[in-house]
Amino acid sequence: MSKVLSELLPGEKGTVKKVTGNSMIKRRIIDMGVVAGAVIEVQKYAPLGDPMEVKVKGFNLSLRKKEAEMIEMETA
Amino acid sequence: MTRKKITAALVGNPNSGKTTIFNNVTGGRQHVGNYPGVTVEKKEGYKNLGDKEFAIIDLPGTYSLTAYSQEEVVTRNFIVNDKPDVVIDILDASNLERNLYLTVQLLELEHPLLLALNMVDVAEDLGVKINDSKLSQCLNGTPVVRTIGVRNEGTDAMLLAAAEASGNKQSNGFKLDYGNDVEEAIKKLEPLLITLHNEIKFPVRWLALKLLENDANIKKSLIKLSSSDSVVNECDKIRIDLSHKLGEDVELFVAGQRYQFVGKVYQQIADVRDAHAITTSDKIDKVLTNRLFGLPIFFGLMWVVFNLVFTIGDIPSGWIEDAFGKLGELIGSVMSDGPLKSLVVDGIIGGVGGVLTFVPGIILLFLAISILEDTGYMARAAFIMDRMMRKFGLHGKSFIPLLLGFGCSVPAIMGSRMLENPRDRMITILVSPLMSCSAKLPVYTVLIAAFFDPSVAGNVLFSIYILGIVLLMIMASIYRKTLFKGESEPFVMELPPYRIPTIKSIVLHMWERSSLYLKKAGTIILAASILMWFLTNYPSEVEYSKDYDALTVQAEETYTQQVREDVLAPLNIEDVEQNEQLTALVSEIQDVNTEFDEATAELEEDSAEYAELDAAKTEKLQLIETENPELYASAAKYVELTSGLEEEKTHLENEKTGEKLERSYSGQLGKFVEPAIRPLGFDWRVGVSLVAGVTAKEVVLSTMGTIYSLGETDENSKSLKHALAQDPNLNPLVAYSLMVFVLIYSPCLAALAVMKRETNSWKWPAFSLLYGTALAWVVTFIVYQGGKLLGFGS
Repeated sequence: MSKVLSELLPGEKGTVKKVTGNSMIKRRIIDMGVVAGAVIEVQKYAPLGDPMEVKVKGFNLSLRKKEAEMIEMETA
Repeated sequence: MTRKKITAALVGNPNSGKTTIFNNVTGGRQHVGNYPGVTVEKKEGYKNLGDKEFAIIDLPGTYSLTAYSQEEVVTRNFIVNDKPDVVIDILDASNLERNLYLTVQLLELEHPLLLALNMVDVAEDLGVKINDSKLSQCLNGTPVVRTIGVRNEGTDAMLLAAAEASGNKQSNGFKLDYGNDVEEAIKKLEPLLITLHNEIKFPVRWLALKLLENDANIKKSLIKLSSSDSVVNECDKIRIDLSHKLGEDVELFVAGQRYQFVGKVYQQIADVRDAHAITTSDKIDKVLTNRLFGLPIFFGLMWVVFNLVFTIGDIPSGWIEDAFGKLGELIGSVMSDGPLKSLVVDGIIGGVGGVLTFVPGIILLFLAISILEDTGYMARAAFIMDRMMRKFGLHGKSFIPLLLGFGCSVPAIMGSRMLENPRDRMITILVSPLMSCSAKLPVYTVLIAAFFDPSVAGNVLFSIYILGIVLLMIMASIYRKTLFKGESEPFVMELPPYRIPTIKSIVLHMWERSSLYLKKAGTIILAASILMWFLTNYPSEVEYSKDYDALTVQAEETYTQQVREDVLAPLNIEDVEQNEQLTALVSEIQDVNTEFDEATAELEEDSAEYAELDAAKTEKLQLIETENPELYASAAKYVELTSGLEEEKTHLENEKTGEKLERSYSGQLGKFVEPAIRPLGFDWRVGVSLVAGVTAKEVVLSTMGTIYSLGETDENSKSLKHALAQDPNLNPLVAYSLMVFVLIYSPCLAALAVMKRETNSWKWPAFSLLYGTALAWVVTFIVYQGGKLLGFGS
């Protein structure tokens, strides 16, 4: 099923299909290893609901929901 | 013996343990500076090993080598322009895949490189085994060593291997294959660039790749070269063609290819036992950033930090203040009166003392920040607060420096260096003086006590604090939309695993920052204190409206005459001491009076406690009288006359000091600014106090004390309170306006000095002084004139 990363709930995971959006933020996201094929698991959302924390390539990454919307995911 | 000199640059991801290795290897032999034109810190250290002397440069931690952040540009420019003999890439073995992404980019710079697999112990605990020789093999024989930075294991071997690698002047020929389309484009570009290569120093293939990635920094330096126009145009054409072929931006495609390569390498070299293990760090994180407990824990920790810096820090600060006070007295007693003594005691000793009183707080602040950073909590603090802070254009991490602003702007401004993004850092620095710092508090409390009923005092004080916070939010949003607009910094941030920090790294970190404060800010604060001393003490020869010295002599003469007539003559003596009984009685009465004065120094005259003490005093005196009926009247008269003379002399002295201040340069300045502050309800006396208050906000209070001829005053002073309450120029509205003005106007000298140090330019402190004062004027004007319209202030 196709979703964007910000729609995933804690504990859910998927594979990155594509990163969309503007190039500066996109570049940052990609530099951190969020590239097509990478497996991402949502860890949790911050106490105030945003940003979110995910696990990718063995480390923890935080990003705002707005930024997570740019990451298209394929979920099981 | 002359040692062979080798320069080695340490490069690596943030949190890879790079700085720990640097600190452990170089120990205290470090030098911290700035790279020209940017606020990125340049750290250099030295180490002798065998017959070699290593100069080690700790480059900023980066994930990549793009042109998007100052740190990345500094790193790649340093490698290419300064040509260190060898680059040591510190890799976090427990997070190797992402770390190798940077390694690939370093290899493309074609510079001698050594890989240091750090934290292999952590990786093994996580069930990850790395095959070093395989890794070296995958990367064309790039040498690999193992280190455990926290325990300083393997670092000597690392340096020896680095020395060996520095001999490989030839590139090892590593080339990542980016696929036919990209490779074709590179082939087309290379011949065009070969002519420019000599001037630009970067390897040709790397240059070609960067141009295909549309790297703004490289393009800019290319355009500067003559005869590059046709090359740049040609490059653009090739790049656009290529991106059409690929169906996406070349730079994103290239980044993807790098990760693909790294992914393949990682699969070959790493033996991962359990990829989905929940680590201890994850468990800790579940509690610390928990939806329910995350915020309370965060605020609890902030409370601890705040108290550490200000409550505990105040104790040694008090000792330093006392010690300098004593030193001033001591030197004052040896030196003869005159301008030199005044300069040494009030200017220099006062100034140095002022600088040093900040030191304990600053050391503790950096201790707290180091611990928060080294344990990994800082990133979580930003994670928790980001949503709230973002609303007015700040970053999650801004919360901590701003909170410190309640105590003092100096640590707040210094603390803002934890923000990596220069825009976020600048906004935080500029708005942090709007917090009500602890030096402003005594000004508020005295004014509130003088003009407001105790029942509303709390609300008045609270409203001032809230006003500061509201203004801070408004100003931060305005700055974000005007001076520092542009794409907002993404919050794509690594949350590093929780770690137990090493004491050595914390202490070094703390010392490094604190000594920088002393060196840079300290000298400016000292110079400024001397300047303020000059402004408030000169011109020294002033024409007083009265001849104070003659008045003092006259008072003394009157006293001697009255004593003779009323005390000595009736008893037929020449001197009080001729009658032992009388002398004893006088000192007895004086003791009772002194005791009473000391006990009531901080009491209101209409308070019940005061009345009680007064009654006790009268009773004691009556007792003395009944015991000595014949001599009591004379003794009492003598005591009364003596204390009357003392009072008169002090009064004259204070009046003289007040007049001297009025006629000093700062007094003239106060009168000069009076027309500008009239619409705010302030007269020249407030003007002088405000001008003097730029040295430190609490000085507003002591200056008012001097002007109202009260001598030394502080926040406990009831005499100042009474003098203020009786001044016809002042009323609750003016008092409130004054509080508002003190809250907002120019940061104090220490804060301005630190601002200069942190922003590396005089522009920002100057701006802060002007904008703060202008904002203060506008807001106070609204408060005062609005208040008058509403009928307050009469």
